[in-house]
Amino acid sequence: MDLPAGLLYTKEHEWVKLDGTSATVGITDYAQSSLGDIVYVEMPKAGAVVEQFKQMGVIESVKAVSDIFAPLSGTIAAVNADVENDPAKVNGDPYGTGWLVKITLSDASQSKNLLDAAAYQKVVDAADH
Amino acid sequence: MTTTKALARTPLSAVHEGLGAKMSPFGGFLMPIQYAGILDEHRAVRSAAGMFDLSHMGQFVATGEGVPEWLDRLTVNAVGTMKPGQARYNIFTNERGGAMDDAIIYRLDGRWLVVVNAANSEKMWRWLSSQVPAGVTLTDRTPQSALIAIQGPRSLELLQPLTDVGLANIKYYHATEGVVAGAHAEIARTGYTGEDGFELFVSADAAQELWQTLTREGARVGLRPAGLGARDVLRLEAGMPLYGHELEEDITPLQAGLDIFVKLEKPAFVGRDALVRQRTQNDFDRIVGLVMDGRAPARAGYAVWRGQERVGEIRSGSPAPALGGKNIATALVRADASAIGTTLDVEIRGQRHRGAVVPLPFYKRAR
Repeated sequence: MDLPAGLLYTKEHEWVKLDGTSATVGITDYAQSSLGDIVYVEMPKAGAVVEQFKQMGVIESVKAVSDIFAPLSGTIAAVNADVENDPAKVNGDPYGTGWLVKITLSDASQSKNLLDAAAYQKVVDAADH
Repeated sequence: MTTTKALARTPLSAVHEGLGAKMSPFGGFLMPIQYAGILDEHRAVRSAAGMFDLSHMGQFVATGEGVPEWLDRLTVNAVGTMKPGQARYNIFTNERGGAMDDAIIYRLDGRWLVVVNAANSEKMWRWLSSQVPAGVTLTDRTPQSALIAIQGPRSLELLQPLTDVGLANIKYYHATEGVVAGAHAEIARTGYTGEDGFELFVSADAAQELWQTLTREGARVGLRPAGLGARDVLRLEAGMPLYGHELEEDITPLQAGLDIFVKLEKPAFVGRDALVRQRTQNDFDRIVGLVMDGRAPARAGYAVWRGQERVGEIRSGSPAPALGGKNIATALVRADASAIGTTLDVEIRGQRHRGAVVPLPFYKRAR
């Protein structure tokens, strides 16, 4: 399982790439693999306000609907239209072209509530048992 | 299903785990939901062949001269007119005409095989064993048995070299007996995918070796193991009901659109009066097929609206790879909202998404 070191993670299997007061968000390799073939992504519109650890959208595989949670509070700055048109990109490249949204953060200090790669690995290990 | 009870395993569970399948509880068994992926497995079945472990399904054997008359009293379809070697889809009904289970009944040499849904297996065993008349013997052979289905256009080509039985001579919805890859099997040309295919009933002891042989021999036709996830998409595209969705104790076969299997001309069977009344009044909620306009999948339980009126709910829903990924669904809707071409809205997370009533099945293979 691919788990890049420079990212932050949530227990709900989202990843975050921080860049100052901006964050790019997606779901982890573990999440996409568990879900299987992703067929639909529904994210908030640009300009929507999201709150840390509150539901902000859904991602659907052939058989299942999964909630996506905002890893940080802020305003949606961009939504990945390529993924909306071709949701399989999330399976193919979850940390790259399969990103979901960019958030302009309202409180960058909330990142202390996120996990580093080692801590997230423990979450995954526990989920597999 | 009770949560206190341990999940049962099929003779092939270890094989699935070895293949890295995602396993989930289904009908009291731990079953493979997917191996490589639902879309991949779906493609294999529609274009080549897929192999399914269906050993969780209940297998009851009935013997005795009174079997056809007995089963005719408990089901909606005709049993007494079945010839040896024939298989027939059927529905066991309650007094209200609702479906206790749907099943395939096989008439074999000197015995009848009734294959019921895993989730209903205990219920149907209790019901059938309480109803057995003098002169009929009923046994549950499920624990000693396995069922492997090979489904897809290249099924015949894969299986024929492995048996002396002339498979092309087995007509659709017929069955015979023979040896397949060294295993004694009941070989049925039945399935639940909308493709040509065969179902092989073998003893539990023979299942692993047969699976491995089929895997090895199947490579040349593109055979893939396929899980219950792909099976559900395949059956929905083919317009086949799934118990608990399109059929249940409170949904009759007439409501499910299965009229051609309901022989009201049979003099007496459980639920007949209720079905005759329902047929006459013809105002019942019924199952329809829906094709959605948008990308959002309609899922079981979602509300269905016509304008400001709630007219029903989604019973099954999935993207349909055979229809280019369009979202398809079945819905149980009011009679006045069921005509082909009716525009209906499905409520998905508070938003209305448009769909249209279409004829079932969604997918029909070229013959």
